[in-house]
Amino acid sequence: MSSAIQSNVVHSGRVARVVIHVVLLIAALFYLLPLFVMLINSVKPLSQILDGNMMSLPHVWTLKPWSEAWSTAQIGVEPTGLRPYFLNSIEMVVPAVAISTMMGALNGYVLTKWRFRGDTFLFGMMLFSCFIPFQIVLIPMARVLGILGIAGTVPGLILVHTVYGLGFTTLYFRNYYAAFPTELVRAAQIDGAGFFRIFWRILLPLSGPIIVVAVIWQFTNIWNDFLFGSSFAGQGSQPMTVALNNLVQSSTGSKPYNIHFAGAIIAALPTLIVYIVSGRYFVRGLMAGSVKG
Amino acid sequence: MGFLDISNVTKSYGSVEVLHRVDIAVEEGEFLVLVGPSGCGKSTLLNMIAGLEGITSGEIAIQGRAMNGVHPSRRNIAMVFQSYALYPNMTVGQNITFGLEMHGTPKPEREAAMKRVAAMLQIDQLLDRKPGQLSGGQRQRVAMGRALVRNPDVFLFDEPLSNLDAKLRVDMRTEIKKLHQSLRTTIVYVTHDQIEAMTLSTRIAVMNKGYVQQLGTPKEIYDTPANIFVATFMGSPAMNILPTRVVLRDGVPHAQVSDAAGNVQYLRFSQQNLAAWDGREILLGIRPEAITDPEGADRKSANIQMLTNLVGVTEPAGSDTFVTMTLAGCDVIGRMRADAAVLPGASFEYAINMEKAVAFDPATEERIAP
Repeated sequence: MSSAIQSNVVHSGRVARVVIHVVLLIAALFYLLPLFVMLINSVKPLSQILDGNMMSLPHVWTLKPWSEAWSTAQIGVEPTGLRPYFLNSIEMVVPAVAISTMMGALNGYVLTKWRFRGDTFLFGMMLFSCFIPFQIVLIPMARVLGILGIAGTVPGLILVHTVYGLGFTTLYFRNYYAAFPTELVRAAQIDGAGFFRIFWRILLPLSGPIIVVAVIWQFTNIWNDFLFGSSFAGQGSQPMTVALNNLVQSSTGSKPYNIHFAGAIIAALPTLIVYIVSGRYFVRGLMAGSVKG
Repeated sequence: MGFLDISNVTKSYGSVEVLHRVDIAVEEGEFLVLVGPSGCGKSTLLNMIAGLEGITSGEIAIQGRAMNGVHPSRRNIAMVFQSYALYPNMTVGQNITFGLEMHGTPKPEREAAMKRVAAMLQIDQLLDRKPGQLSGGQRQRVAMGRALVRNPDVFLFDEPLSNLDAKLRVDMRTEIKKLHQSLRTTIVYVTHDQIEAMTLSTRIAVMNKGYVQQLGTPKEIYDTPANIFVATFMGSPAMNILPTRVVLRDGVPHAQVSDAAGNVQYLRFSQQNLAAWDGREILLGIRPEAITDPEGADRKSANIQMLTNLVGVTEPAGSDTFVTMTLAGCDVIGRMRADAAVLPGASFEYAINMEKAVAFDPATEERIAP
């Protein structure tokens, strides 16, 4: 009797495991299906797509849609391909990520190691910026950019993204540095290191995991941003996301779906690469920030 | 005017005063230990000397130069922290020379200073390692090396041994003492461990609740504690404190105590001035080592009083045997020779060295000076 129950338990455990695996497999397939559709249709001639079957493998493999999406496709009125906009995005993302991360680190350093009256209140206010819907700030921000004379430019977008990234980067670094031993800062003070020297030589070299977290977070958000890009960018500064939208919207006649798919993948590639390269630090960094200290 | 002058220093956080009018003058080459229970303000005082905490009022001066408001790096001090505070991202060598680098010392000089210190502390072979690869004792040495390399006027130690295991702590204690004897630098050392305080210091400041309770040489502190707090804080096991009545017998003051059986016994005081306390209650302080078996009694003492009492508990510690008895309603610990024949529950003749006994005023808890 008891052995029957035992074998039954083992048996049901195995069944449960199989069920779980099947469910997970279906879920994975479900999530991977769009990527599969995008990938195979981006290497098909348009004629095969228009014939009907989106799911079939290409009869003729071709990279022509990719090269067209990159360099000759119609974006709005110009047949430039996505390339100039890709470069715009890079020009915007790299400084915006670097500046917001550095400033977040400095903020975190000051808020934990050089505390002053009202610092928690200030931090609270900065946190608040994480919860502001960006639509609210569009008009005031447009005004500010106008006053500064950088409306419709890449520096203007850098400023916008830096300002709205600060809340999160400050939060990350503040929590990370809160667990950072203050005695180290004191020792460095006695050794004669000043405010910035302590930051550069002691804190920053020990901030690897949290820098990775901040960089991934900022890179993904800024690269994928459409709202600020479409609101504040001018002709010469539109980022990738806006261009992708224009690519899809601007075609006349039969839509070149294969080019659209290729363009969409190109637009998503950088964030994908950032995740693949530093994803495991991302998880590790989040853990380090939350669990330790 | 000392080498390091702490005059009338107070510290407040908001309306809470945590240090009250501290006055300590430290001579050049002295080893001053600040000792007290946690929260007594000793670390705060050390941080104020270092310049890591502001001074609310009063003055701290090093070599006659007022240090109020002077940046830590310009006080020519070095500090060893409890957690060692080694920079984890730098090698041992870089850790040691970081201060010199910050002060703009040229590289060849830095290297030479590093080699000298590393040789002194026997950490030459560790110079290229990171702190994470070192044992506790090695980290401790590196932290001291970092302090030594600067050739400071004053060394500050903030509980440097409390993160080490018991054996290593004793070794490092000896090492610090050796270092002080060879360098003759002024040291201020914070600890909560009264044995460290006794063994290392040339002078001790016993602190409690933000007050310096007593400032003196280890011997003064140990033999003539200023009050009950100092008496019980310093020494292990702690000094026995028992309430007794002073009784004059033939004009000589005696302590009247009742033993375990309830019989009244008398112990003659050495302090004749206690005659003034005739008939009044005092607190009698006797250190455990002043209560011995007759053979273990101090032969140089002019006043050994014999007392027969029941033995409570015996605790053989190898080198000595600690014996607890009931006297004047208190548990009193005595320190016998290891092979003294004491049996629990039996009657035993104790030799009490009344020359070492201290009397306290029960109202103020201050020592009644002879």
